[in-house]
Amino acid sequence: MSPSSVKAIAEPRGAPRRGWHRFANPGRFLRAASKVQPWLTAFGVVLTAVGLIWGLFFAPADWQQGDAVRIMYIHVPAAWLASAGYLMLALCSAASLVWRHPLADLAAAEIGPIGAGFTALCLATGSLWGKPMWGAWWVWDARLTSVLVLFFLYLGHITLVRAFDDPTRGYRAGAILALLGVVNLPIIKFSVDWWNTLHQPATISLTGAPSMYIGMLWPLAFSAVGYACVFAALALAGTRAAVMERRIRALLLAEAARAEDSVPGAADALETQVPA
Amino acid sequence: MTHLPFIAASYALAVLVPAAFGLNAYQRLRRARRRLAALSGHGHKARSAGNP
Repeated sequence: MSPSSVKAIAEPRGAPRRGWHRFANPGRFLRAASKVQPWLTAFGVVLTAVGLIWGLFFAPADWQQGDAVRIMYIHVPAAWLASAGYLMLALCSAASLVWRHPLADLAAAEIGPIGAGFTALCLATGSLWGKPMWGAWWVWDARLTSVLVLFFLYLGHITLVRAFDDPTRGYRAGAILALLGVVNLPIIKFSVDWWNTLHQPATISLTGAPSMYIGMLWPLAFSAVGYACVFAALALAGTRAAVMERRIRALLLAEAARAEDSVPGAADALETQVPA
Repeated sequence: MTHLPFIAASYALAVLVPAAFGLNAYQRLRRARRRLAALSGHGHKARSAGNP
């Protein structure tokens, strides 16, 4: 066979895919993520620290809320990331169902717990703000209830992904739930406009000028960008770990099959040789 | 500072929640790297033993 014909056969498999699809290759993803993730982590930690310290010690108190307004520098980014994280989860789920990318399954499974954590942070800080301002830890307001539903959707996704012996079935079920749950995102966003809620309407919008003092807006921007970088870094780190864990399982299975072929019963002893 | 306990609790959570996820991810990565290294060595030795 001539070298040109070998190239003609080999090229489709080895040829780099265009666009984002090329990162669906686990090896390529691991290489790219290991370069990006440390910088993203450092950038996120520094920006978040600046935003939180600025908000806690240097931003002015609100004339009505007093110092309780400082909770906003945590609550608002957490709320944005709870919704944005779910959107990412849904996009990964769509990629999983349409293109059957294993990496999309792993990314969705990793985004779930982080998104649930940020949603819990949003709900907890909302309660901590609500008690001194509204006089109640919780009210069944449309905004609060829809965010609580988002938290349950995250928990449902986490549970479904881990509920099956066959991980692929878990990923499929989780992906369907994630896509169905997307309907809750516009409900969260517009709940304060559609219903008469105790929760205040949006102060910052993409189209209009923010109705917030600039001295409060800057620390909020730092905190929001910082937390977004931290979220992305956590999702990348988790997905890297998941890719490596999948590779470990594959290697263990291959070793077990090889050991079983040579010495019957040796596969059981193999697991104990690998440090946990 | 007014409402100090509520603010302190919020900021504590703001640090603890991402830190817990970060620590968990760091430990998983470390464990996975160690196991992969151990398995690669084991596989290499097994293959070498199979093909002298």
